[in-house]
Amino acid sequence: MSDFEIIPVVESKDIVAVRHAVRQQAVKIKFSLVDQTKIVTAASELARNMFVYAGGGEVTLEVLQEDARHGLRARFVDKGPGIANIDLALRDGFTTGRGLGLGLGGAKRLVNEFSIESTPGKGTRVTITRWR
Amino acid sequence: MFAAMDRIPILRMGDFLLVTIQLDMHDQLASALQDDLTTKIAEANAKGVLIDISSLDIVDSFIGRMLATTSAMARVLGAETVVVGMQPAVAITLVELGLDLSGVHTALDVEKGMEMLRNRISLPELGNTDVRF
Repeated sequence: MSDFEIIPVVESKDIVAVRHAVRQQAVKIKFSLVDQTKIVTAASELARNMFVYAGGGEVTLEVLQEDARHGLRARFVDKGPGIANIDLALRDGFTTGRGLGLGLGGAKRLVNEFSIESTPGKGTRVTITRWR
Repeated sequence: MFAAMDRIPILRMGDFLLVTIQLDMHDQLASALQDDLTTKIAEANAKGVLIDISSLDIVDSFIGRMLATTSAMARVLGAETVVVGMQPAVAITLVELGLDLSGVHTALDVEKGMEMLRNRISLPELGNTDVRF
């Protein structure tokens, strides 16, 4: 069983829309308050990254069910400049912008599964999953 | 609806300023608050600032940085800042995110934050309780 929801990120206020949508899904599948907070925070970081570095993109939320466990997966896809060195980008404190450089590495710590694919010049896709 | 407003109100209480952040704060609102607050500190010659974040259900790196830089700016302008009311789930998440808020004073609620400010500033009791917007 799966359920998809797509949230476009075009302007900075859309980051709030992403947070709300993730929260709503996390509540629906009965995440604890701490788990809700973690995945909403991770999604906020990744949505902002997309907005700041790629000028926007699209977030797809998917509710997962494997046997008795539920999970929430969020995919962040942009057509931005891509990331040349992913290992470096995941390191705390690394930033090419004016941020703190916590976005990718921080988001990774807040979820159970994290994957990133990027092609310079084409775009970036980050997928996070948190299980209940 | 509050979220549609483009400014967060700053309340003056004697030598202190009180900011209550409501609902979800988008990035521009956070940046505007930083500007407004520093202006107001200078205008009011405020000695202390309380930022109540008990309604915030997340603090990500952007909001966290706003709190840290606002607190640093306020210090330069002669005011101490205490961030009050952080929800436990938010605190847990912030630490895991890796955000360092060590330069920011925190307290459980407005009352304790006020006490902290009074102790740090060693003002006489707040004789002046008029509240102005």
